[in-house]
Amino acid sequence: MAETAQPGPVDAHTPEGGTRRDFLSIAATAIAGVGAACALWPLVDSMNPAADTLAAGAPIDVDLKSLQPGQQIIVLWRSRPIFIVRRTPDQVTKLATPEVKGQLRDPQSAANQQPPYAQNDSRSVKPEYLVLVGICTHLGCIPEFVPQPGGSLGASWQGGYFCPCHGSRYDLAGRVFQNVPAPYNLPVPPYHFVSDTVIRVGENPADSTFDFNSVEQI
Amino acid sequence: MALQSQNKVVRWIDHRLPIFTFMNHELNEYPTPKNLNYWWNYGSLAGIMLLIMIITGIFLAMEYTPNVNLAFDSVERIMRDVNYGWLIRYIHMNGASFFFIVTYIHIFRGLYFGSYKQPRELLWMIGVVILLCMMATAFMGYVLPWGQMSFWGATVITNLFSAVPLVGNEIVTWLWGGFSVDNPTLNRFYALHYLLPFVILGIVGLHVMALHTHGSNNPLGIDRKGPQDSIPFHPYYTIKDMFGLGVFLLIFCGFVFFGPNLLGDPANYIRANPLQTPPEIVPEWYFLPFYAMLRSVPDILFIKAKLAGVLAMFGSIGLLFILPWLDTSPVRSARFRPVYKWVFWLLVIDIVLLAMVGAHRPEGLWVIAGRLGTLYYFVHFLILFPLIGIFERPLPLPNSISEAVTKKGGGKVAGATAPMEKP
Repeated sequence: MAETAQPGPVDAHTPEGGTRRDFLSIAATAIAGVGAACALWPLVDSMNPAADTLAAGAPIDVDLKSLQPGQQIIVLWRSRPIFIVRRTPDQVTKLATPEVKGQLRDPQSAANQQPPYAQNDSRSVKPEYLVLVGICTHLGCIPEFVPQPGGSLGASWQGGYFCPCHGSRYDLAGRVFQNVPAPYNLPVPPYHFVSDTVIRVGENPADSTFDFNSVEQI
Repeated sequence: MALQSQNKVVRWIDHRLPIFTFMNHELNEYPTPKNLNYWWNYGSLAGIMLLIMIITGIFLAMEYTPNVNLAFDSVERIMRDVNYGWLIRYIHMNGASFFFIVTYIHIFRGLYFGSYKQPRELLWMIGVVILLCMMATAFMGYVLPWGQMSFWGATVITNLFSAVPLVGNEIVTWLWGGFSVDNPTLNRFYALHYLLPFVILGIVGLHVMALHTHGSNNPLGIDRKGPQDSIPFHPYYTIKDMFGLGVFLLIFCGFVFFGPNLLGDPANYIRANPLQTPPEIVPEWYFLPFYAMLRSVPDILFIKAKLAGVLAMFGSIGLLFILPWLDTSPVRSARFRPVYKWVFWLLVIDIVLLAMVGAHRPEGLWVIAGRLGTLYYFVHFLILFPLIGIFERPLPLPNSISEAVTKKGGGKVAGATAPMEKP
């Protein structure tokens, strides 16, 4: 301290102008700061998913043998609802029509909301089977499956998903409509067919390295 | 003195809420005796341990499940699956031991240098309250992992209250919330284990407030007579505390990383089994002297041994509340008390002996040692303390701290060098 300056080496001025004591103070404070930050990291990291939580997020196999055309089942993967729909040929055909695509915000699925192998009009590997993460991209509610055209959703409704929370609409490929609160299409998880009727949700086909964490919005 | 800060924001806040003035007054310019030795580090160390325990405890609570069917597994999950869970739990587990180590040293320092005497009686009594809260917190925390020692420790300690005449059994049932130590007990212990540290934090605030009213005692035990006897807390004692903290953390980390289970009981890694008592029930080391007293007392007249043991155990702490009035000597520091200086060490030996008794089965010589040790503990405070104060002839006190530490006073201080002085 300057006011209690005593003659001696610790207070000796170095050519740069600081004292040795200044140097020692700054060095000791810096080391203590680094140490405190290092001690903080284990606490912060302990709040990340634990090993058993990660293990519980492993891929799951779903057998689609008993799924009928026009029917939807919901399975749980990583604590999220996964919609699996077996679309009728008629429903698949409609997905590519200008009548449907004209109402959509992102008809070409340009936003990164699906693996590259599902970036097509049906947003799926096999057009017959739709696989989606059933979480509205607006604020996380679960949209309702409303496959019938018309009804209370208006004459132009061709079937799809309607979110009861804030009225967001998606078509039967999970593509979001214009003028609704949700910004993005429903995400498609990585999946592939293990056999003709069994899919593995959570795992890419052998030729893809799609990272599900890279999607814009879940 | 008001804070003279260059920072406009600091000045603006301080004018409306003098928090910076307060901190400057209590932590920066706070006048402190210039002769404090390293035994005065343990107060701040205990405060830091409390914070470490609260912080690690909050993160453990995020992963722990207080249910008899899930608690043991949730602790194992913390050890195996949670990122750095092993580290956080080992810090918390060993932290309890080290919290008690620094607190016990802090208490013995107070006993040696007479820190409990006028005008610091209330400061001392608040400290005893903190000790009691710490013991309750540590006991309930040890129950949470739901191992064999957790369960049977909880059973034994809660059953102590059955010794209370007339309503003993009702009290025990009330503590349990059932017919034995079970899920309701575990749940309430968890709730209280989370609550009590914050209660302790509040009482520590009172402890520090009482401390700062008259300032720290010092190794000479004489009052500061003027500015020449003190130095500002910062940087002199902040840096001394920090250096001590560094050494302390090295030892603490040595245990955490290289011997995390040295201070624990392996039986607590066995899931609690209400149908089988382990062959030996031993509390954590920091409770051993009190546990020894509990077991040592025989039937005394119409008081049965069970009740007498419980009374001795609680009395051993309760006694500390009236300590300032049991000590009749006006001289604080043992350096100037030629008799007490040695008798103090008898108490240290007695407590170490009681700890050893507590760790052994009550058989043969250990029973006799336990009885003598318990007897001496009470004789020490209830008989020796008042008598020594009356009959002891203290050495002449130095005129001032400044004079003593600058050796102007000569032989008086040099002749009074106590073994505790050189840590």
